[in-house]
Amino acid sequence: METSFAITGKDYIIVAADTTAARSIVKMKTDDDKIKVVSPHLLMSYSGEPGDTIQFSEFVERNLRLFHIRNNYSLRPSAAASWIRRSLAQSLRSRKPYSVNLMLSGYDVTTDTPHLFWIDYLGTMTEVPFGAHGYGSYFALSLLDRYHNPEATLEEGIETLKRCIDEVAKRLIVSPGKYIVKVVDKDGTRVIEI
Amino acid sequence: MNSLANRFSTTGPINELRRAKSVLEDDEFTDSAWGSEAGFGSLAKGVPNFTVPSVPDPSAFLRLHTDDYADPSCRIKIQHGTTTLAFRFQGGVIVAVDSRATAGSYVASGTVKKVIEINPYLLGTMAGGAADCQYWETYLGIHCRLHELRNHERISVSAASKYLSNLVYSYKGMGLSMGTMICGWDKTGPAVFYVDSDGTRLKGDIFSVGSGSTFAYGVLDQGYRWDLTDEEAQELGRRSIYAAGHRDAFSGNTCNLYHVKEDGWKFIGNYDISKLHYDGPGETPGAGYGYDVRVERSAAIAVQA
Repeated sequence: METSFAITGKDYIIVAADTTAARSIVKMKTDDDKIKVVSPHLLMSYSGEPGDTIQFSEFVERNLRLFHIRNNYSLRPSAAASWIRRSLAQSLRSRKPYSVNLMLSGYDVTTDTPHLFWIDYLGTMTEVPFGAHGYGSYFALSLLDRYHNPEATLEEGIETLKRCIDEVAKRLIVSPGKYIVKVVDKDGTRVIEI
Repeated sequence: MNSLANRFSTTGPINELRRAKSVLEDDEFTDSAWGSEAGFGSLAKGVPNFTVPSVPDPSAFLRLHTDDYADPSCRIKIQHGTTTLAFRFQGGVIVAVDSRATAGSYVASGTVKKVIEINPYLLGTMAGGAADCQYWETYLGIHCRLHELRNHERISVSAASKYLSNLVYSYKGMGLSMGTMICGWDKTGPAVFYVDSDGTRLKGDIFSVGSGSTFAYGVLDQGYRWDLTDEEAQELGRRSIYAAGHRDAFSGNTCNLYHVKEDGWKFIGNYDISKLHYDGPGETPGAGYGYDVRVERSAAIAVQA
């Protein structure tokens, strides 16, 4: 089942999301990228209702791009998160709400700090040192309470992420096979192999 | 006096008729709009619109009358069981489908065309509501042609499939039911996109949709390689649909096979699944795909050797 993790470190955030797109019991795709780069230092991982996820993430991507074009600078992570949360909250009160859960990971270049926002489809938003969505969260959150270190280096962060992935693989009955992992730091965003 | 009264009265049969006529009659057209509307009359008159039941929740109304799972005696039954598959390989795209239409436990037809020929370079497959697929994929065909006329360039498979997915997404929750693969050849080479009525759109190499899809995947995944020859690929598509037709009660009758290459799609053939079971695609008795037939054949070969 859909699972995603995000972990902040000293000057970076690692985001991981499984790559399966399922329809009933069938995996339709095993290399689906569910982490969108929404601006130069901002990653958004999404999961939820099929269809809504793509439509909403593209809506966010385009609006943040529009802001960048109009103002010649990008929204800071907290501002982007507030805008996204408000879009979801407004959608929740419409006839057909988006059922999308998100994690927004951004590196604030003005203060040189990483920020991670956990947002659900009800418009709940909270800034967290680490976060998870989906069935994987039931295993990973306690694990991260125990092992997360906000001062960790990238290598240590990746080790912690691997613990999460291994635990989910070990205990969850329908565990995802592959994950895509992205990092955001002062240099922008990139995909890493683990 | 009577005619005068009729003329100015707002009720009465003659006025009803006049009103009905003004609704039905075509509006004025310019000469450039002349020509066939291909059954899509609403398009030529601007915004297409549908007659919706005048109830607060049209989709609940539809569900009430079509949900044969909850109510087997419902009046409208929507075609559900199907196997369709499409895959991309070195030599293009293979599209294979079965031809059975079921309404509940009744086989309503055994000769359904589940491949929709959108244009000479694009094919769509049909799973879920037959009418939904047929209508919206033909509608997609119109817009692909308009794209061609406007841009002097064929539409990419990616753009065509996104057009369809955005369209069905705008009807999300209103009872559309379709699971389709948009297949074709464009500047980027062979392409297959899976589009369904929840608004999902996926790019991929291998897809299978319908109640028999798991059975088709079983054969397809195991026999698939990128560098399959044209003949091997066609055989794999046929063999996979046979497998689903054999194991899934809601799929069967015949298999329709298409091959998309650089110069457009080609219809390869229609194969009877019972005949595939015993004799295979050719005319050799005993060369069938069936388990018993296959085992007997290899036993006979072992005896000869």
